[in-house]
Amino acid sequence: MKVLMTEYLRIDLETENWECRVCEHVVGSARGNYKEGLLVYKRNPEDIHPSVIDPDKYKFTFCPDKDWVSIYEFYCPSCGTQMEVEYTFPGHMPLYDMEVDVDALKEQWSHREEILEPVKGPNILVDRTHGHNH
Amino acid sequence: MSTNVKVDTEIEDQELIQKFLKDTTLFLGPDPEIIRDHRIMPRTPSEEECMDKYTDLNQISSIRDRLQSACEEGFEMVEQMGAAPGAKWGDIITGIYSASGDLTIGSAGGVLIFSALVHHPIKFIIKNWIDEHTVGVNEGDGFIHNDSRYGNVHNTDQSMILPVFHEGKLICWAASTVHEGENGAIEPGGMPSMAETSFDEGLKMSPFKVVENYEIKRDILTFLQNSVREPKLQYEDMKVKLFACMRLEQRIKEVFETDGPDALTACLRYTNESVVTEVRRRISEWPDMTVRTQTIMDSTLRENALLKINLAVTKKDDRLIFDFSGTSPELTNRAINTQLPGMKGMVGQAFMNHIWPDLPRGQAGLSPIEFITQEGSLVDCSYEAPNSQSLMSIFHSFTVAQHATAKFLYSCPDKYTRVLAPWHNMINTFIWGGVNQHGEMLGNLCADLNGMGGGARMDRDGEHALAPIFATMADIGEQEMNEEEVPFLQLVSKKMTANTQAPGKYRGGMGYTMIASTKDSDQWGFMTTTQGSKVPTIQGLFGGYAGGSYPLCKVTDVDVYDVLLKNPEQFKHSIHETMNEQLFPGAKYSTHHMGMGFDISKRGELYMISQGSGGGYGDPLERDPTYVIMDIEEGLITSDWAKKLYKVEFNEETFALDLEATEKLRADYRELRKQQGKPYAEFIKDHVKDTPPADIPFYGSWNGDVDTIYAGSVDDKRDASNIGPIYVTNPKDVRIGELEAELEAVRKQAGIPSTDTRK
Repeated sequence: MKVLMTEYLRIDLETENWECRVCEHVVGSARGNYKEGLLVYKRNPEDIHPSVIDPDKYKFTFCPDKDWVSIYEFYCPSCGTQMEVEYTFPGHMPLYDMEVDVDALKEQWSHREEILEPVKGPNILVDRTHGHNH
Repeated sequence: MSTNVKVDTEIEDQELIQKFLKDTTLFLGPDPEIIRDHRIMPRTPSEEECMDKYTDLNQISSIRDRLQSACEEGFEMVEQMGAAPGAKWGDIITGIYSASGDLTIGSAGGVLIFSALVHHPIKFIIKNWIDEHTVGVNEGDGFIHNDSRYGNVHNTDQSMILPVFHEGKLICWAASTVHEGENGAIEPGGMPSMAETSFDEGLKMSPFKVVENYEIKRDILTFLQNSVREPKLQYEDMKVKLFACMRLEQRIKEVFETDGPDALTACLRYTNESVVTEVRRRISEWPDMTVRTQTIMDSTLRENALLKINLAVTKKDDRLIFDFSGTSPELTNRAINTQLPGMKGMVGQAFMNHIWPDLPRGQAGLSPIEFITQEGSLVDCSYEAPNSQSLMSIFHSFTVAQHATAKFLYSCPDKYTRVLAPWHNMINTFIWGGVNQHGEMLGNLCADLNGMGGGARMDRDGEHALAPIFATMADIGEQEMNEEEVPFLQLVSKKMTANTQAPGKYRGGMGYTMIASTKDSDQWGFMTTTQGSKVPTIQGLFGGYAGGSYPLCKVTDVDVYDVLLKNPEQFKHSIHETMNEQLFPGAKYSTHHMGMGFDISKRGELYMISQGSGGGYGDPLERDPTYVIMDIEEGLITSDWAKKLYKVEFNEETFALDLEATEKLRADYRELRKQQGKPYAEFIKDHVKDTPPADIPFYGSWNGDVDTIYAGSVDDKRDASNIGPIYVTNPKDVRIGELEAELEAVRKQAGIPSTDTRK
């Protein structure tokens, strides 16, 4: 049985591995930090958050200060899917963000049916449509 | 002496000591026993008796529905009649509390964090005033409160609290809380970022009696009015809250008539206990694991600095533990600290707003959740530290809670809401004050603070400027209505700020631009109290990005109203055109971080800000290309940026998509990622440092060692169990020091001796 843990990661309870949900790549042991099985890239904030006002004229521009924040991107080494992004302090260790008790997970799912598509939960809003329809 | 006699004597001695201490206490300050406990009180014998007597759950449910309706009615009364902008636009709550002081039923809308905070002052009243012969608690009494050290978010929020009796017996309490704004603090508007001690924060009302026989005591009222900048507002809203509480009392007494007071008591207790049981059941459904996250505060509102909010959430069986160890220490002369209840309340808000909104709005939802904090940290500050801008640390607490819980919720077969990325978490608005066009002294804020960009959900984009994280069903206000009372215009308002979205498979909801300019007063000013000018204040989720940062832009030495009269075509409706094109010859253009202290404005000068974006969800390369085009058509992003970020190919005139080319661009970009990305171990070796940046003040733990706390410098490391106070130098003194050093260097270079070398 496989448990869908995030948008791009699942845990195979038999092999006890993290897997990529996009390409089936085995990322690493579910008893460890999945990030250790991914590729990491330090992104320049300007690539994502452009300076809306001229950085040559102004100190604060809508673009984060790269000396004050680092953006770590984590990719699947097999398919290149961006699985996680972390905004962190320059020079800080990436966080071990999901430390799973695999034995407890196995016990929990031994009483459940396997779920192949993520459960979304109640739909309390009308679907978004762009534009004005009135 | 027999053992029994010895024990009796010891008990008697203990009671005597307790009585002595009580009789000789010189000051009834904030009580840690009350303040540090967020759980519902133990079941009392009276509640036990009532629950034995009333077991029909249909009757209990019927009473609960009536009380809920009463709370909604009270909410409507305050919203319709209240004078404060916060009241008008829904920054309020009304609720019914058990005889022991536990909030059981709160209004569905409004500032739900109050649900977790107003029980503290009621418990203070119960503990100290009921048996105090100089005070007492009687039918028709009303108590006022605002001091956050006795339980509250910050001192701008005022509560009115009424005990409800039946034939002389205290059955429950009714209370109403409003974000009032003005409270006589060092700056107008009630949330001074300039406060350096708790005595700069204005009114400090421990819970005290201000109403007898349902009438406000005029002498005390006059004292309160005399202490604030808006005396009329103070009176009007005290009356409004009192009458809302009286309406709640009326509805409660109607239940006494139909079902009896014991049935109501049983209802309140059943409700709280069943919510606790249900919360534990829901927690059990989550996977057992620890989730770690953090957010970055980039400002104290006085100066830029890096401060960490650190969270590890551990779920084991039916226990859920929020551990904030490793968070920044308190800054003892800055206003951004929070008392412990504020942080807990905001975590409760995250659950009530976004995780289990179907549960009753009460204290019980938070009751089973456990918290670990380091005393003296930003989220559990000392009694002495100011906290008038506690919003900064509690909003970050909300975000880390929201970010962490999303990672628990994804795998759950039963969900009560959609998994979503963090909401924008800052009040990007203008706080204002001075003398208005009618000659009245005012101090308050624009209700635009209620429009924060929503986080993207797992299946849809976030909504724009939707709602604040601290309230549901709150409104952003009608600017034209505001302008009847304030002497400034928002020349641009509610126009989305292009290219500021948080990208993702589903993008975050965006914020809008506000350009304000004073017109009809020589005594008027603005302040802004927001972090995020250097570093985004939130995180994205599962490969989505956070929103960007945002500046405060000012244009001075211009009267834009003259420009509009003489050369209206010169004015343009965006920050980027105004700043990049420098539209007004001779004017001065500047940018600042968003912690602007109260700034006296001149007619026609421009203050320009933008709200922030909620977080993005998922890999941007998975974004439906048609959604990208729709965002361009709506002016949310520009074509060049869309192409760069989302890797879409389209005709820029017709917006016709080339799906095949788009697919190729995206496939190529995935390959590029694989080339650019480094294996984890190699990346750590290249990028991770043993200490925080040396040239930026940093506060908090580093690389997971939560026992050691940095206090502003790599050389100032402190034991987390005994952090001690931290005083930050006034930024003006820092600047003077820098200028003096520069001057000294220039003098030395030029061979000019110092004017006075004496020490």
